[in-house]
Amino acid sequence: MIDSIDGMLLETGADALPLTERGPASPRVVASFGFWLFLLSDIIIFAALFAAYAVLSKHTDGGPSGTQLFDTRHVLIETACLLASSFTCGVMMIALDRRSLLGTYCWAILTALLGGTFLWLEVSEFGDLVHGGTGPTRSAFLSSFFTLVGTHGLHVTLGIVWLLVMMIQVFTLGFRPMVLTRMLCFSLFWHALDIVWIGVFSIVYLGAG
Amino acid sequence: MSTPEQAEADRAPGAHQSGRARLRSYVVGLCLASLLTAASFAAASSNLVWAPSIPVLLAVLAIAQMGVHLVFFLHVSSAPDSTNTVLALAFGIFVVGLVVFGSMIIMANLTHDMMPMDKLLQMQR
Repeated sequence: MIDSIDGMLLETGADALPLTERGPASPRVVASFGFWLFLLSDIIIFAALFAAYAVLSKHTDGGPSGTQLFDTRHVLIETACLLASSFTCGVMMIALDRRSLLGTYCWAILTALLGGTFLWLEVSEFGDLVHGGTGPTRSAFLSSFFTLVGTHGLHVTLGIVWLLVMMIQVFTLGFRPMVLTRMLCFSLFWHALDIVWIGVFSIVYLGAG
Repeated sequence: MSTPEQAEADRAPGAHQSGRARLRSYVVGLCLASLLTAASFAAASSNLVWAPSIPVLLAVLAIAQMGVHLVFFLHVSSAPDSTNTVLALAFGIFVVGLVVFGSMIIMANLTHDMMPMDKLLQMQR
């Protein structure tokens, strides 16, 4: 509904009214731009954690280093899961804009499952590390590793919870403009997490740092 | 910055064109991102590339993949209606660069200036 109002404003407004006299942008534009700013500040938090990791990654205190601990194939599967879930999230948004309930649910469940698989792989990796005596208390390197990757994992967990809540809202509230705006924000969040993960696997697991 | 003819209403970050064009953009993005990811993992464990250059290669591939995600998944473009989005992004990247490289330079400098550990222990005795 909001979209069509936007479209009308665009067509008539662009010719008739100068930019300064058009009034505030639609709630959809304002909300998602605000969310965009939040995402950028979230990425700055990750930048600080990346900086800590880059500084501490060689300080292993005689313990194992990253190349000895990490299993590249494991990480490749995690990366594939997250990339695929980013794609299914995009397709979900297309289904949502078509107001297709079945399509939205199918792609949302696929997104949540892929995100869940990623999370499960990460938790099992953490479990193996802690079990093998290389927990976050072992060395400065491992502290920064657990903080960085753990923060990303926490974001993915929150993302999955958010997606499930949104599925309930689509069911109870239907395709209202409010729900559509929230879904747009969710998709921005999910894509941004994938961008952070590119940094994680390149710097932490493949050792570009 | 933009002439009156170009000035249009702002566009929401991540908002779209038509459904079909979006689907194509997601498929192209997925293909490119998979290719770049595969290249990263292959480069990290290959003997074909001169070893000291691998970190640089990985950094280039990672930045390229981030670009692919921004353009094909988040639909960030240089169109006048997403000027605000791009400006905010540019400032975000600037701050990220300051934080990461600033911290690394400062910490490397401090490490360089620090007394070697054996000498420090000698002084404490």
